[in-house]
Amino acid sequence: MATITSDQPDPQTSSSQTDTEITPQQQPIYRRSLPVIYRWAIALATTLVVLLICVIVWEPNMDFPSEVSQQQDDGSTKQVEIGRLIASEIKTATTWLVRNWGGMFDGIDYLITYAMVWIEDGLRWIPWPATFVAVGALSLILGTWRLSLFSLVSLVFIGVMNRWDSAVETIAIILFSVSVSILIALPLGIIGAKSNRFDAFMRPVLDGMQTMPSYVYLVPGILFFGLGYTPAVIATVIYAVPPAIRLTNLGIRQVSAETVEAARSFGTSPAQLLTKVQMPMAMPTIMAGINQTTMLALSMVVIASLVGASGLGEDVFRALQQQDPGNSVIAGMSIVLIAIVIDRLTQAAARRRQEILSDN
Amino acid sequence: MANESLAPTRGAVPGASNGAQSPFISVDSVWKVFGKNPERVLEPLYAEMDKSFIQSELGNVIGLQDVSFSVEQGETFVIMGLSGSGKSTMVRCLIRLIEPTAGSIVIDGDDITAMSDKDLIEFRRSKIAMVFQHYGLMPHRSVIDNASWGLEVQGVDQATRYERTREILDLVGLTGWEDAYPRQLSGGMQQRVGLARALAVDTGVLLMDEPFSGLDPLIRRQMQDELVRLQDELHKTIVFITHDLNEALKLGDRIAIMHDGKVAQIGSPEDIVLRPEDSYVGDFTQDVRIESILTARKVMVPPMVTFPGHLNPRAALDAFGRANRFLGWVVDEVGRYIGALSHSAAERASRSGAARLDQVQECLDQEYPVLTPATNFDEIIPVAMGVDHALPVVDDDRLLVGEVHRTDVAEALAIASASSPDYEANAAENAAQDTDKS
Repeated sequence: MATITSDQPDPQTSSSQTDTEITPQQQPIYRRSLPVIYRWAIALATTLVVLLICVIVWEPNMDFPSEVSQQQDDGSTKQVEIGRLIASEIKTATTWLVRNWGGMFDGIDYLITYAMVWIEDGLRWIPWPATFVAVGALSLILGTWRLSLFSLVSLVFIGVMNRWDSAVETIAIILFSVSVSILIALPLGIIGAKSNRFDAFMRPVLDGMQTMPSYVYLVPGILFFGLGYTPAVIATVIYAVPPAIRLTNLGIRQVSAETVEAARSFGTSPAQLLTKVQMPMAMPTIMAGINQTTMLALSMVVIASLVGASGLGEDVFRALQQQDPGNSVIAGMSIVLIAIVIDRLTQAAARRRQEILSDN
Repeated sequence: MANESLAPTRGAVPGASNGAQSPFISVDSVWKVFGKNPERVLEPLYAEMDKSFIQSELGNVIGLQDVSFSVEQGETFVIMGLSGSGKSTMVRCLIRLIEPTAGSIVIDGDDITAMSDKDLIEFRRSKIAMVFQHYGLMPHRSVIDNASWGLEVQGVDQATRYERTREILDLVGLTGWEDAYPRQLSGGMQQRVGLARALAVDTGVLLMDEPFSGLDPLIRRQMQDELVRLQDELHKTIVFITHDLNEALKLGDRIAIMHDGKVAQIGSPEDIVLRPEDSYVGDFTQDVRIESILTARKVMVPPMVTFPGHLNPRAALDAFGRANRFLGWVVDEVGRYIGALSHSAAERASRSGAARLDQVQECLDQEYPVLTPATNFDEIIPVAMGVDHALPVVDDDRLLVGEVHRTDVAEALAIASASSPDYEANAAENAAQDTDKS
């Protein structure tokens, strides 16, 4: 509630009006504690003392105690590494899931593969001149003639280099992954904006999704779904969805509290507030999030090709295996050009939206 | 802490104690405590304790402390205070944009504090509208879509709400700007949109939270005048928040001065300026020029010499003689003022043999200055200095309601200027006047 009005009785101002003399309780906390220099000194001294004691009593290269003794069946005890113990438990759990929930994973696999094939076939069906016209016109409407020219030159490069089919496969997986990401990101972002508790829960989860090396979830992905589109799509979504969630959340939180308050004062229901005030006003930020999600999805194409997604990523990966720098550069350049075109297009769209909302 | 004496509850009391119909808006001992477990601050244990002590001990900030007042239908009620006085918190409590911690708020028979979320939304849609200091317009919507927001959330179809909103935009002077976006408008015009949005829903109550504070002085005065004009037309019940005493005095039928989350005094502009009830209000109002507060209503007396328009000039001369006066007022059959008649004009008319006063142009002097009950002394004094006789007072319907004498003006000024800073006596006198009125 505290952010709702500008005229809230702010603790500092209202108290300074009643009595000008500042009591100790009203001082900022850091004034009451130790000076910063002492805190640093104490921390350094403690570290040195512990270091000295350890070096003197034991030896410089100490091992961390990572083993526990476990009771064996025959009554004897054995030293076991804790990490290995947990790792084997995770493996057991994964195997159990594959055995007992295989039907569900097969179902998901079927759905995703079916959708992917459908999108890919659809894109492949479009004749390339039609693609040229569509991309050229879209970039002309959203951006400038320069963007339009750049987009067309990029398409010509991809076509001439005989990467058209690979590019279509890549676009298909990006299109599908980003769509799934948006479907996940919007509701989660909205809930996160409404509930501080959910936001606090989501934050470390999103950090983890972005920093966890992709190989870590590729392995269970293959175990659950086998090689193919499905683990590729899931890995791409896991890696790419966080910015869309974060920026949806941020965009809604950033909507001016005054506007929201004014809307509420007229009897706006929570649903009306969300759909008619908060979402439209958050749209530029949400679009920036989707733009980032798209870029991250593109950066995943090579890793996705490891688990069986075809496309430009696969071309790069094959060139790597065959130690063929020429093809690797050409496929890599194609990915970069696609990324730049999509980035500029979505940014141009977001900018048009931003212009309407700006200056306020 | 002198809690009771500083927070007079008499604003709410008259309606209740008289058993007459209850006021339109009635706010009774409302508290707002910010922070965790706000209810504990209301326990008797803390009743005697100082606000700053409670803040440092419990961490709770008291925003409103036992605030009571009532507003009559059609009244413009101004809540005035500096920042941090709780005035904005109070007005937000009226529609529960901020939840009051304790107390009751009744508007037009509905108990606001007891409403469910659903009822509250319905109440906000139909009974009340608000104008904000920072306009609170939606940048992605055009002027007409902003102004028709209240109708849109009610589910009114687009054609109807545009039609209705166009009328209101016309009323606030925004015709031709329907399709503009807020960013294209100046601050004053944006606030006109805010005002239009509040008027378009056609509610009985209008809450205005420092609507003109963000505007530059010239525009501010213009908007104030416009609000007065609109209010003459619309007769809404207005709760107006301001930190500007002059604005409060200009717009308010009654004013509540808030200080530190409490009501320091409630009264008419005249009460506030001439009879402050504590030193806070006294300090506040000491620089106010009395001439701008006192009005013709304060000093007017019943008209001494009036002539019906059909009267014979000779009879008028007789009447002048009996009253020992040289100027009188000519009125029509229903008492509407139609002109001033001087003794000499009556003499000439009777010599010329005219049958009726209203047939002689000279007998209906239109040039003679006329006052309204609301004319303040600032305007009366120069006019009164320029004439030798009394001045007629005429109301909005042109009815002659009284006359003002120069000596009475001077006397009222002298008394007001010498008014004592005896706050207790002022309070007693204000209370006595209130009982007289009700």
